[in-house]
Amino acid sequence: MRLEDYNPMNNEMYQVMDPMGKVEDKEEIPELDDEQLKYLYRTMLYTRTIDEKALSYQRQGRMLTYAPNLGQEAAQVGSAYSLDDEDWLVPAFRELGAWLVRGVPLKNIYLYWYGNEWGSHMPEGVKVLPVSVPIASQLQHATGIGMANNIKNEKNVVLTYVGDGGTSHGDFHEALNFASVFKSPVVFIVQNNQYAISTSRKVQTLSENIAMKATAYGMPGVLVDGNDIFAMYNATKAAVDRARNGEGPTLIEAYTYRLGAHTTSDDPTKYRDDAEVDEWRKKDPILRFGEYLKENNVIDEDWIESTKKELEEEVKKTFEAIEDKSDTELEDIFKYHFETMPAQLQEQLDEYRSFLEGGK
Amino acid sequence: MANTLSIIQAVNQALMNEMKIDDKVIVYGEDVGVEGGVFRATVDLQKTFGKERAFDTPLAESAIVGTAVGMAINGLKPVVEMQFSGFSYPAFNQIISHVARMRNRSRGQYNLPMVIRAPYGGGIRALEHHSESTEALYAQIPGIKVVIPSTPYDAKGLLIAAIRDPDPVLFWEPKRIYRAFKQEIPEEAYEIPLGKAKVLQEGDDITIVAWGAMVPDVQRAVKMVEEKGISAEIIDLRTIAPMDRDSFIDSVKKTGRILVVHEAPKTLGVGSEIISIVNEKAFLHLEAPPTRLTGFDTTFPLPRGEKHYIPSPKRIAKTIEDIVNY
Repeated sequence: MRLEDYNPMNNEMYQVMDPMGKVEDKEEIPELDDEQLKYLYRTMLYTRTIDEKALSYQRQGRMLTYAPNLGQEAAQVGSAYSLDDEDWLVPAFRELGAWLVRGVPLKNIYLYWYGNEWGSHMPEGVKVLPVSVPIASQLQHATGIGMANNIKNEKNVVLTYVGDGGTSHGDFHEALNFASVFKSPVVFIVQNNQYAISTSRKVQTLSENIAMKATAYGMPGVLVDGNDIFAMYNATKAAVDRARNGEGPTLIEAYTYRLGAHTTSDDPTKYRDDAEVDEWRKKDPILRFGEYLKENNVIDEDWIESTKKELEEEVKKTFEAIEDKSDTELEDIFKYHFETMPAQLQEQLDEYRSFLEGGK
Repeated sequence: MANTLSIIQAVNQALMNEMKIDDKVIVYGEDVGVEGGVFRATVDLQKTFGKERAFDTPLAESAIVGTAVGMAINGLKPVVEMQFSGFSYPAFNQIISHVARMRNRSRGQYNLPMVIRAPYGGGIRALEHHSESTEALYAQIPGIKVVIPSTPYDAKGLLIAAIRDPDPVLFWEPKRIYRAFKQEIPEEAYEIPLGKAKVLQEGDDITIVAWGAMVPDVQRAVKMVEEKGISAEIIDLRTIAPMDRDSFIDSVKKTGRILVVHEAPKTLGVGSEIISIVNEKAFLHLEAPPTRLTGFDTTFPLPRGEKHYIPSPKRIAKTIEDIVNY
């Protein structure tokens, strides 16, 4: 099936690379050179390493709550790679692969999960909004950024993410409706990882798939194999080009699976079978892409091993650089609510400071 | 040049002035474009500045506020309208979770220069959800400013200041007095600083704090008690958050008595905060218990009952006398 013929009402899934890493229709392989392919694979490995390390730090009591991305690397890396430098990324909170592609330093990411707001302050030029915890609310911001682009006559586009649970929210509906009505240059990615904490996708909606919801908003919708990085890249690239050409928004359902827990506070064995998880392990996006790259002589086992080692070192070094050195500066708690601190806030800060200093 | 305008006309002129000066200012909401707003606050904006800068949206308050967050992040200055403050609750999550937090969350990277306007308050014989005064719900949220004017002059100057402010402002307009009186005000743009109360009248015996549509009622009440020899100082708070505490602290130090009058329910209202501040800062100057005269802790009644709900000038006058004669 070719992307240009796609209709979500037929309930078919767009796929380029099967779970064994085989591509049937060579015409659908994106035009990426070996260096680009290696970058994508490396970023997926980086994502997984960051997750695995964070989970182990969390178990050791060195990291706070953490939301892992295991199994969703292709959905995130493949989609974000389709953006240009000036484009925006508006995340929910499980988009690690996309953050890395868009230039968010790991230091920021770990600092956020470590509990310091400075993690959300991006380096100059990184157009990635902070994590948005209230489900689906960020989609409205993405639509608004796009509406502003139209008013200012700017051509950059906005890529935004939500989970399958988020599609039940009013904000999901409102954001898609506004984006369509105002032709906002937004690409909405639903990372359908089958669970909203413990609640199955089947309970969120009786719609056969999520992509078909786009039809009622008057925009294209595509159900994509979210574990296939080529399919994710192609589908998002087409939607990004469409948005940039002034043709409005697109909804992409990335059909994937959360191999890990919702967050480290969650125990997924309570709500799903091992057999189901094992089935999805076979569709692991990193395995699949690795098979393809080895088959096509882009990488070999040695490259994978040395890259993994290098990434592990990098992750370890970054975490150790922030660990135990990232407590919040007292004044920072007060300083960023308004441009000028109101008198009552200044007074509260002064009183507390004088208490800390022994009290007057 | 001066012109004589009502509050609603002053709001419209403020928007006109700012849209003319600054093409980043964008106005949108429900019925604000073609119709010019159900109260006509945005009349002729679309005609003057085009559909790109003044437009109607689908009926969705959360999206109106949520997209304004995105616009402000992307360099514009959206001024959005909630048709009535009682319809702002679908946007409550956006206001509390994002409008108020973006600057702090991003450690100063993204400030939101945006204004959310809404008519508020009772006394217009309206249906359910069209009469509430919910400024306290918003005033407690760190990161947003809440402004309520009571005159055409202030409405214009405060709204212009709100639009120019680098931080988000909720601008609640007293719809009961939208057209109650006119005032001569300058035609050109001017600012009245946010966070500054105004002493409307100086007096020696009692300090009365009010805002919005209660201000003219307090003025009427004060006229009544003046005949009985009571000298009252009237303070129009104008900005609910952040509050100009010194205005009433200094006044109470002089008068020794304070009455707060508001339309909103009594319990945990803005009046409670003002009186707490007076207790903390001017306790030894007090000669009578600081007092609130407010709406009841009830749902705002439908039109056949609303005359009982909003404190009348007569009731305000009686309360002033009781405090002074304590």
